[in-house]
Amino acid sequence: MTTPEGRARGDIATRWVELAVALLFTLIGAIVIADSVRVGYTWAEDGPKAGYFPFYIGWILVAAGAYVALETIWRWKKLDGVTFVTRDRLKPVFLMLLPTIAFVILVGWLGIYVAAFIYIGGFMLWQGRYGWLPTLLVSAGLPIVLFLVFELWFLVPLPKGPVESLLGY
Amino acid sequence: MEDLGNLIQGFAVALTWKNLLFMMVGILLGVLIGVLPGLGGANGVAILLPLTFSMSPTSAIIMLSCIYWGALFGGAITSILFNIPGEPWSVATTFDGYPMAQQGRAAEAMTAAFTSSFVGALFAVIMITFLAPLVARFALRFGPPEFFAVQLLTFCSFVGMGREPPVKTIAAMMLGFALAAVGLDTVTGQLRMTFGFTPLLQGFDFLIAVIGLFGLGEILLTMEEGLSFKGKGGKINPKIVWQTWKTLPQFWATSLRAVLIGCWMGVTPGGATPASFMSYGMAKRMSKNGAKFGEGQIEGVVAPETAAHAAGTSALLPMLTLGIPGSPTAAVLLGGLLIWGLQPGPLLFVEKPDFVWGLIASMYLGNIAGLLIVLTTVPWWAAILRIPFAIIAPVIVVICAIGAYTVHNNIFDVYMMVVFGVLGYLFKKLKYPLAPLVLALVLGDMAETAFRQSMLLSKGSLSIFWSNPLVGSIVALALVLLAWPLISRVISALRAKPQAAAPA
Repeated sequence: MTTPEGRARGDIATRWVELAVALLFTLIGAIVIADSVRVGYTWAEDGPKAGYFPFYIGWILVAAGAYVALETIWRWKKLDGVTFVTRDRLKPVFLMLLPTIAFVILVGWLGIYVAAFIYIGGFMLWQGRYGWLPTLLVSAGLPIVLFLVFELWFLVPLPKGPVESLLGY
Repeated sequence: MEDLGNLIQGFAVALTWKNLLFMMVGILLGVLIGVLPGLGGANGVAILLPLTFSMSPTSAIIMLSCIYWGALFGGAITSILFNIPGEPWSVATTFDGYPMAQQGRAAEAMTAAFTSSFVGALFAVIMITFLAPLVARFALRFGPPEFFAVQLLTFCSFVGMGREPPVKTIAAMMLGFALAAVGLDTVTGQLRMTFGFTPLLQGFDFLIAVIGLFGLGEILLTMEEGLSFKGKGGKINPKIVWQTWKTLPQFWATSLRAVLIGCWMGVTPGGATPASFMSYGMAKRMSKNGAKFGEGQIEGVVAPETAAHAAGTSALLPMLTLGIPGSPTAAVLLGGLLIWGLQPGPLLFVEKPDFVWGLIASMYLGNIAGLLIVLTTVPWWAAILRIPFAIIAPVIVVICAIGAYTVHNNIFDVYMMVVFGVLGYLFKKLKYPLAPLVLALVLGDMAETAFRQSMLLSKGSLSIFWSNPLVGSIVALALVLLAWPLISRVISALRAKPQAAAPA
């Protein structure tokens, strides 16, 4: 994960990710404080207001985020050369993440069964380099099993789309 | 001996055919979850939780806790055969387990691992049997300040005992509390941090966070590391099992230490993962074969496995008696109890003895069944791991998505799962601990309520947390743990000084 040697072009430095995440924490803390002030963080007639507890949570969050951010900047020179992820290892991460994002968007649109068929099938063809037959068996088989288990056996409804309604579900 | 009578009654509850069947199913599912990357105890239970809504709470918790035992057992299989820990708590098992497999002693290593897991769990269950009713009776006297103090202790011990940087532990924890506060405030009826966005009205469910952080996050990490599963065969036969069993008693001292570490780390929310590392380190230091650790010492398998199971099991003690889970998986089980309308805490022992003792009895039975099942089915699990990741990965993501959706039948949760997945990947790599985040998300509302009620009692004065010896000592202990990273630094500085500055 961390190499003392210099980074190659396109590798992501840990210090930037560290800083970004720390600032994200600080930002979330600030939002929490702002909202607590909005709903009131003081004492009302009948007890503490809604923002009483989150107000302090927000401040601790800001403090912790700022601490990590400042520490990162303080050690900025020293952290040079520490790699968060190399370019060639980042690629498979995105090859997983991007289809997954596409998949959840498809779930909202086509329902989970069709989306799973496309997602698993696409993944196997494209990244696994499987033939059509094994791909079809797994990518169609799993949604059918899931349908039997969830819709029919356990009676748990899952998101469905136009294809299912065409079939009468 | 009233408790023993209760326990026997519990066995009667657990020993029905239906519950035994759920136990078997739970353990098989659990081992499956344990061996697959990206699915673990916490998110496995989270995903399967909605399926149990239609069962009776007792059957449901028996099945879910058996999934947990199964996952604890399953983690060891991948560690030993493939040098890939299926679960974080089995990382330490790879140190000696995989070398043993390379030397052709995989069966021996696995027998040792499963048996020590069983021993660890058994001791922890015995401890729960005797200690839980006492703790529950004691906790009946707790008021809001005491409950808040215990929760403070829980969270402070994460800071004091965690392996991650303390500031990052605090940050992760506070993020959990902040996310828990989103949505409708039940006391004042006001909306907090929803910003007019409807899906946020019900707040962030920790089950979604668990599935995203531990499930998808883990898959992304696995993709980055580019694992290929090339492992040793998993053949195991009764003769080797028997021979290994004969050698195990000589490691009684290691086991005992491991059990103690495990129980302690489980009750205080250290969790199974640090417990297994601590136990391994301790065994390495204390054993006469310490120098050979890492080359395939059977003791190096016994120590972490015993401790991990003891910790995983004893994490249920504070969950049942105080409503404060000792591990993320215990937190998920707690969430399940709440959904079934059971309020964990001291009153549970009074109001639902059937349930509590049925669960405790099922821990004994589940671990015996688990040991037998894993010993007989190891080769199948090893075969499952040979399925390429290009098939396993999308299938696991689909299952995670289903798990996330079924929590509230809400598609927004599935999107959130992906967001949590990315966060989980980033946090893991930057050493932000996930367990305190999840626990804060679960306990956030409870902690806030306890804090507010305490403040109402004292009219806004923090002095209520020192108002009697009980709450005072809990808070004091919590503050010591919170400051522990600083204290230990000062101590080591003081120790180093006399040597550097020459004797006076």
